[in-house]
Amino acid sequence: MNRTVELAGHVLEKVNERAEAEVVVTGGASALTRFANSFIHQNVAEEGYAVSLRVAVDGRVNSATTTRLDNIDEFVDTTIEVASLQRVDESWPGLTAPVDVTDPMHYDEETAAAGPDERAATVAEFVAAGPGMRAAGYYETVGQSVAFVNTAGHRAYGRYTRASLDGIQQLNGAAGSGHATSDRIEAIDGRGVGALAADRARRGLDAFDLKPGEYEVVLAPECVGTIGIFLAFYGFNGKTHAEGQSFVELGKRQLDTSVNLYDDATDPRALGVGFDAEGTPGQRLDLVVNGVCRALAHDRRTAARAGTHSTGHGDPGSDQWGPIPTHMFLEEGETSVEEMIASVERGLYVSTFNYCRVLDPKALTVTGLTRNGTFMIENGRITGAVTNLRFTQSFVDALSQGRVHTIGNDARFADSEFGPGMLYVPSLHLESWNFTGGASG
Amino acid sequence: MFDLARAAVEGALAAGANYADARVVLSKSQSISVHNAEPQSIDQEERAGIGVRALIGSGWGFYATSDLTAAAARTAGEHSAAIARASTQVPGPVMPLADVPVVDESYETPHEIDPFTVPVSDKVDLLIGVTKTMLEVEGVAVTTGNLAFWDTNKWFVSSQGHRIHQHLIESGGGFDATALGDGEIQRRSYPQSFGQFETGGYETVEKWDYPGNAGRVAEEAAALLAAPSLEEGEKQLILEGSQLALQIHESVGHAIELDRILGWEAAFAGTSHLELDKLGSHRYGSPLMNITADATLPGALGSFGYDDEGTAAQCVDIVKDGIWVGVLSGRDSASIVGLPPGGMVRGDGYNRLPMVRMTNVGLRPGDATLDEIIADTKDGVYMATNRSWSIDDRRLNFQFGCEIAWEVKNGKLGRMLKNPTYTGITPQFWGQLDKLAGGDERVHWGTPNCGKGQPVQVAHTGHSAAPGRFARVRVGVRA
Repeated sequence: MNRTVELAGHVLEKVNERAEAEVVVTGGASALTRFANSFIHQNVAEEGYAVSLRVAVDGRVNSATTTRLDNIDEFVDTTIEVASLQRVDESWPGLTAPVDVTDPMHYDEETAAAGPDERAATVAEFVAAGPGMRAAGYYETVGQSVAFVNTAGHRAYGRYTRASLDGIQQLNGAAGSGHATSDRIEAIDGRGVGALAADRARRGLDAFDLKPGEYEVVLAPECVGTIGIFLAFYGFNGKTHAEGQSFVELGKRQLDTSVNLYDDATDPRALGVGFDAEGTPGQRLDLVVNGVCRALAHDRRTAARAGTHSTGHGDPGSDQWGPIPTHMFLEEGETSVEEMIASVERGLYVSTFNYCRVLDPKALTVTGLTRNGTFMIENGRITGAVTNLRFTQSFVDALSQGRVHTIGNDARFADSEFGPGMLYVPSLHLESWNFTGGASG
Repeated sequence: MFDLARAAVEGALAAGANYADARVVLSKSQSISVHNAEPQSIDQEERAGIGVRALIGSGWGFYATSDLTAAAARTAGEHSAAIARASTQVPGPVMPLADVPVVDESYETPHEIDPFTVPVSDKVDLLIGVTKTMLEVEGVAVTTGNLAFWDTNKWFVSSQGHRIHQHLIESGGGFDATALGDGEIQRRSYPQSFGQFETGGYETVEKWDYPGNAGRVAEEAAALLAAPSLEEGEKQLILEGSQLALQIHESVGHAIELDRILGWEAAFAGTSHLELDKLGSHRYGSPLMNITADATLPGALGSFGYDDEGTAAQCVDIVKDGIWVGVLSGRDSASIVGLPPGGMVRGDGYNRLPMVRMTNVGLRPGDATLDEIIADTKDGVYMATNRSWSIDDRRLNFQFGCEIAWEVKNGKLGRMLKNPTYTGITPQFWGQLDKLAGGDERVHWGTPNCGKGQPVQVAHTGHSAAPGRFARVRVGVRA
């Protein structure tokens, strides 16, 4: 029997009939090889288990997590004891009833077994792709098992792997980035990712300061990933919506008709296991259909308040931050990036956004900067690099009706400032983007 | 626990490491959250494990396990050496380690009330009380309160003979009120955004008088809905202490990290606008700007006895009379550039590689008071409490938003203003510092959520600051 399943069962047995309880046990290994100045300078790995237990004693709720397997019995007793001393949680939604959970099999043995030598070899490929440049970035491999049990009789188990390569090449003050994420290391092309970064770095030489203002933009997937995660965190979040802090108005066309956005932990391309920390199975959730906002992410608590069912987004922290879609897909269009650029008379191509923060969560007005490759487009071709720009832009307005010119045919996992593997998105060609400052202020 | 750490170090040395160190860490934390006068979450966490670091040539290797047995510790040490050896497949210059005194010591955070002895129900009741008070104010729709406590024991051993035990206690929290208007959201927080955290016990929560401030905070949130927005322009800018603390964190604290300056964070957190050949001559700000990195400040969130390399906590001058004179460093980074190691390397738990982190990077006090600064201001704006923050990858171009502001005209505080923002370029901005408060108005503000590194680590840092004024700043940036 898998160790995570065994541990989860042991914890539940120890709880016995003293409380309603749900148990999540994660276990496995993760490792990350980091490089800078073209050499590996940090290289880490870890293994272990974490046991999370949430109990409700007559509606009195308490949650706890431990990595100590030598005192699990005491851990269970203490968690129940602390719960029994609390006030009744009037919005305790109860436990997930038994339901079939399909393992989407986002798991690869070779990736789970990857060691430091394999990671170093891929890093070497990335570095070699930028001769004469300074390379920096990381290559991470993860292999985890997750077991869920609760006292309502529900059981779920899954495994997943992930490999992410992300890096930059630097050349005389210019930098370009590349990124790849998959559930299997065989899909990670160190040389290809490094070459894209190197190409962007070369094109970034001799950058000039551009006067801030509104510019037509072609945004690479990393930028679109950042837009997506902000839409998810602040908008399609059942908690922020219930509090009146989300831009989302269900049933209303708030985005361009070309925008179709969904979340689906069971999609063959997704990462992770097929259920959340409350045991709810993942499912396809159409968030935006032809520009119309159709759904919100819910955990059991927000779902109960909204009079609906959980959508499988009861992840650790959702009590506090709300349920957030983290398996998002923006449907591809048919336009290549080259065609997008060719259709721009005067605008910018942006590789990556950096350090984005919300100024107004309701309008989803965000300030941030461009990074690792910002290029001037004139008369349908890239004519030079510009220095990093600050923007202050409503992400909702930027995607509103008529402002999305085309959607790319190049969807892939994009990094998003919130981490890799959460958004599978293409490039976007937008009517305008509000740049409010340059390198000199 | 020292024996486990020793076993890990011996495992690494036997597997070929030139140097190794190990930390056994037992940490527990408690996080309590209340939403609209109802308990939202009560989370306890206990993490225990060992992390071992090995150095071979240019390559570090780090391995962590939650299995606290002697055999697992030794195996972890062997793994760390194997990883270090793999690092040398993509080699760099040999990583030297600066000498530090080898000590056998212990340290405990000074505290009065162990926060874990205070009943959870008392903490919940405190937060229910303040969130209920705030909810009674018309216009306020969402109120939250949070408390968090950490108790960490660390046993550190190095192959050079270090043997250090530390017991660190951190406490804090805060609350906020959100008012909803027609398509707009206004928020006020106390004591600052994300709460105020310090080293120490439950007394650090009690001293902030949550109940006595809840009503005012909620009324300000509601009043903001009807307030005019700050117009775009150039103004004298007075920053309240906690906002000035975050300004220090973002535009000074990260910029002076030696690993960033050396390019080790280039792909993620970024680099720095600072160039080492200008250390000692670069003008960072006005002569009023005196910044230290002081890990010995009692009560400040970034205080400890020894860092996670076994270097003693110390106070290092960073900016003196406006001139850049110091960096944040560890044994390897300091040695590379020929500086003494600053004792500023920490890891987030047993399973994260120690790296250069801020300690307490703060301003020495000025000689003014906030009242005097306002009285001296002809055409300005006074901004308080951070709402948003963004800065570029070299720590130059920043934009901050605050929760609230007041007009300052001819020495008097005037109208309340909403949606205040300001933007600038780091050295130009700090060069405008022309008034600085001190005395009781200087607070060791704590930042409990400083992210850095891959895998991402969260550090707890401190920033001493009192209100200060900047002569001419661009404010009111709009979408």
